[in-house]
Amino acid sequence: MANADVKPLEVVFWLATLLPFVLAPNYLSLASQIAITALFALSLDLILGYAGIVSLGHAAFFGFGAYTAGLIAKHCWAEPISALFISGVFSGILGYALSHVVVRFRHLALIMLTLGFGLLLHEAANSASALTGGADGLQGFRVPAVLGFKFDLYGATAYAYALVVLFLCFLVSRRVIHSPFGLALRGIRENATRMPAIGAPTRAHLRKAYTIAAAMAGIAGALLTHTTSTVSLETLSFGRSADVLVILILGGAGRLYGGIVGAILYMVARDQFSGINPQYWYFWIGLLLVAVVMFLPNGILGGLSAFRKKHQ
Amino acid sequence: MLSVKNINKKFGSLVVAQDVALELPRGVRHALIGPNGAGKTTLINLITGMLAADAGRITLGGEDITGLSPEARVRRGLARTFQINTLFPQLTALESVALAVLERDGHAHNWWRGLGRFGAEVDEAASILRSLNLQKQLRRSTRELAYGEQRLLEIALALATRPRVLLLDEPAAGVPKDESPELFAAIAGLSNALTVLFIEHDMDVVFRFASRIHVMVGGRLLVEGTPDDIARDPRVREVYLGKSFG
Repeated sequence: MANADVKPLEVVFWLATLLPFVLAPNYLSLASQIAITALFALSLDLILGYAGIVSLGHAAFFGFGAYTAGLIAKHCWAEPISALFISGVFSGILGYALSHVVVRFRHLALIMLTLGFGLLLHEAANSASALTGGADGLQGFRVPAVLGFKFDLYGATAYAYALVVLFLCFLVSRRVIHSPFGLALRGIRENATRMPAIGAPTRAHLRKAYTIAAAMAGIAGALLTHTTSTVSLETLSFGRSADVLVILILGGAGRLYGGIVGAILYMVARDQFSGINPQYWYFWIGLLLVAVVMFLPNGILGGLSAFRKKHQ
Repeated sequence: MLSVKNINKKFGSLVVAQDVALELPRGVRHALIGPNGAGKTTLINLITGMLAADAGRITLGGEDITGLSPEARVRRGLARTFQINTLFPQLTALESVALAVLERDGHAHNWWRGLGRFGAEVDEAASILRSLNLQKQLRRSTRELAYGEQRLLEIALALATRPRVLLLDEPAAGVPKDESPELFAAIAGLSNALTVLFIEHDMDVVFRFASRIHVMVGGRLLVEGTPDDIARDPRVREVYLGKSFG
């Protein structure tokens, strides 16, 4: 059975996520962006890494959550925790609705389908400018505080908020992975033909996984809204869908920590490279991606675990 | 136990099953034989619902299962194995079988409790593997198992669904000839309450382990009977021209 015990390295890892508060107080905004991206990648890992559903349109749920949170803050109330919850539920409902179509397809058709849904939502938000602000984005609202902690200029509250939400969603993911349902998802990834032959309702499993992943992506989107007090069309863009896929593959899909490690690497690299060479930083990301896929086909974490096994 | 009535299936103009009728009484060991391309695997696909039949009726224990999905048929007690290993390469043997047990008991939808809380199901999976002599391989991943062990795992997965009828598609396919009796001994050792149908090409094995033999040729069932009937049947001799029986 997959080992569900908490490993010492995991404790060290989560303690290390507190270091930016002390070591890099000027980079807390970046840190909160990383935490949000990590949560987004974690949500993709549930469907891609565990159930084997490739998606090129996962930003649909991220953006849907971001806009939901933005609209709540602009027209309803400024309290973020309830809005975060509602955004997750709404994105989950959207995911559940789309899942009925998505789970019927595989391979190339699936990629095109998810891409298509992503583009549809992006253009819908673009044209519904009365509601969403269109290309200018949704502005004119502010989320002043979370649980009484004011959002500060340095991003300390933002990072703490994003980190706590990431950690809680991580615990949920971890639980899902180590549950019978998580085992069933791995079964689907390993052999979708065999699953019906052991009596497994594959499509129902996939619909559920898709819904959970969509809800989690929506929560990540809402976090971005709350910590930046703006929603841009970019939250729904193809670029964001592609980035999160790159992040997960860099870190290692199907490994729970892959999305988080990928997000740290990708965001820090982008921050550094774009400082050196703002126009061409994607060149370095491209190089990194090619190198990782060629030499570490299971991502950085996959490479590390193979290295550890070899030297044990 | 299992009754198949006038199943038909065409792929375009190619008839792969024509008015196939089959009765499998409870607890009997049946063999399904016939030359390559006779439609034996297709028949298993039709019975299990992995292929939709054009016409015909299938009942399991008296219940009409013709319109049911493959997984619904499995849940009613109709299990199969595959001629080509259809396993979960990166799951361990224990994880694979435990998954089948958890699906059977309706726990696989559970995403909020750890696997550690399902000790009874995991123990049952371990005992199924033990009954097939795989006790030493519980925690090894499937792709690391020897080929013969993977063939046994095929059967273990089917048994974990607690079937009433078990359809084995060439269980010894690819296993060296001198090892296949061992595999069939494991099949012979299964509970007498279980109805078994196996496809097999090795006539020694067929005559040793089957008490009823069904001969299929060109999408039709040619004849059905005891091993003695089949060995004496001139039509069967003709199909297997030059082969000697018994």
